[in-house]
Amino acid sequence: MSTVTADLSPPLSLPFHAGALAVLAVAYLVVPFIGSSYLFEAILLPFLALSLAGVGLNILTGYAGQVSLGSAAFMAVGAFAAYNFNLRVEALPLIGSIVLAGLSAAAIGIVFGLPSLRLRGFYLAVSTLAAQFFVQWALTKFGWFSNNSASGVIDAPPLSLAGLSFEGPVGRYLFALTVVAVLTFLAYRLVSSQTGRNFIAVRDNETAARIIGVPVLRTKLLAFGVSSFIIGVAGVLWAFAYLRTVEPAGFNLDRSFQILFIVIIGGLASIRGAFFGAALIVVFPLVLSRLGAFLLGDIFDSGVLDMTQRIVIGAFIILFLVLEPDGLVALWDRLKSRITAALRRA
Amino acid sequence: MAEFDWLFFTEVLIGGLLSGVMYSLVAIGFVLIYKTSGVLNFSQGALLLFAALTFVSLVEKGVPFAAAFAITFAAMVVIGVAIERTVLRPLTNKPPITLFMATLGLSYIIEGAAQLIWGTQVHGLDLGIEDIPFDVGGVFISQFDIFAAVVAASMVGALSAFFRYTRIGLGFRAVADDQFAALAVGLKLPWIWASVWAAAGLVALVAGLLWGARLGVQFSLSLVVLKALPVLVLGGFDSILGAIVGGLLVGASEKLAEVYIGDYFGGGIEGWFAYVVALAFLLIRPSGLFGQKLVERV
Repeated sequence: MSTVTADLSPPLSLPFHAGALAVLAVAYLVVPFIGSSYLFEAILLPFLALSLAGVGLNILTGYAGQVSLGSAAFMAVGAFAAYNFNLRVEALPLIGSIVLAGLSAAAIGIVFGLPSLRLRGFYLAVSTLAAQFFVQWALTKFGWFSNNSASGVIDAPPLSLAGLSFEGPVGRYLFALTVVAVLTFLAYRLVSSQTGRNFIAVRDNETAARIIGVPVLRTKLLAFGVSSFIIGVAGVLWAFAYLRTVEPAGFNLDRSFQILFIVIIGGLASIRGAFFGAALIVVFPLVLSRLGAFLLGDIFDSGVLDMTQRIVIGAFIILFLVLEPDGLVALWDRLKSRITAALRRA
Repeated sequence: MAEFDWLFFTEVLIGGLLSGVMYSLVAIGFVLIYKTSGVLNFSQGALLLFAALTFVSLVEKGVPFAAAFAITFAAMVVIGVAIERTVLRPLTNKPPITLFMATLGLSYIIEGAAQLIWGTQVHGLDLGIEDIPFDVGGVFISQFDIFAAVVAASMVGALSAFFRYTRIGLGFRAVADDQFAALAVGLKLPWIWASVWAAAGLVALVAGLLWGARLGVQFSLSLVVLKALPVLVLGGFDSILGAIVGGLLVGASEKLAEVYIGDYFGGGIEGWFAYVVALAFLLIRPSGLFGQKLVERV
């Protein structure tokens, strides 16, 4: 019944493996040497953080079928938890702060996922908004979370891992890339395991899933936990690697929607989709602002740009839902098979 | 604590109930569309903003009140038909959650368009009702709140009568009951959807004017949706009565909480309190106060 289909290819089949490795090789060995600092600061760092958040939400929404409108809240939990662990626990390595931050986000995610045991569909989507508003309020209200800085702003600590320091745009890029690569690999393994199949079973038909012996309650909470963990770490990357200075207001409802849009545009129930979607969401506003300034000149100020952006993104969403519900991933796959077919014929 | 001040309590309670009516008014727009097409229409807030902005801009350009109202309503009808054509029709028979996401996209488009056309500055809106509190047995009640409540009540009355006694209303209910059966007996689904969206547009216009007079017509007007969502959850997505009762409950509990327990949290709890109330309530009754029990066939 569901329109979303899953990547049911056997785990670690060669093409995926080879493709992913090729991308990683380029990302590690070529990009750091040719990229400009603008490329890292304005495109690659937000892209990596948002992709990871997209992967996280995709596990919950794409695979387990629970719509969440509170992703930005879990990003905020991750960012502020990492900041506090780093600040308050002596001699805790950065990686420890990040893992603990992910776990904190997972714990909050499970708490706000509890209603999913009783609620479905819209009722659940609305109740995840509670997380969004509550977390943002708590982070702004209680100065402790931001070490009593004005309006809850936090500054990122220097990034270092096992004695290596990741300073400068390239360093932060490599740091983010490593975190994203590791977590994406784990997420990929998870969704192609028994647990991933359970997620899909719960999404497609809860009653049937229960009958074939899937522990529905545990599976749902696990989906909330895993998804929030990943989104929380994405929040750490957003705060520590990309912006370096964040406030709770940066993790607002618009950010949550942005992540949801990434998942829809990229393709539901596809790990790769999150990367496609994030690329579009990050690059598109930059292209639009250049294009607008070029075509319209002075009329195209930041206000107009903002509104045009909203309109075009909204239109994208509807277009994708109508024309290509499986997202950019499906487009990409079709393009690829067409090219291979053409090559074979030639 | 000194002796409990009942007079003050009543004042807060009545203020809360009256502001709850304003929430209900927004929520009814959602219910209309949910009832007939099973879509949680997130763009209701954007429609509200669009209606209020259009109206205010027309009035500022010197168009008389009644004419501005008529023109805005016509614009809402056009938008309703356009939405049916471009969004709902291609997505017929898709899962409800897909439609919900489409309305999210829609709300971005409408918000962007409204502000692109009419600008982003704040407009004042004067409906000619003065916001002077008057004294009823020692309790001060805002005149404007009363006016809003009366408008909302007559709106609900009119809509209920419309659903109950007119042929189109019967069609609406038939579609709400079973889309396939409605199609089979020859009801024109596109036409019904377009008119439902037009009706929701009218509700958005009225709600937009009342809220706009209260807050000023600006972008944040579209955020009143977020206030209406817990109301919907409480009352059930498909019940107009539920929207009213839910609105009253949310309005009253929110004000009372802010006044009596807000201090323990350091204030500012109205942003999420309604959600917590709605959530707590949902855990007991998962489809709201008056919502229809979902029967899922496997």
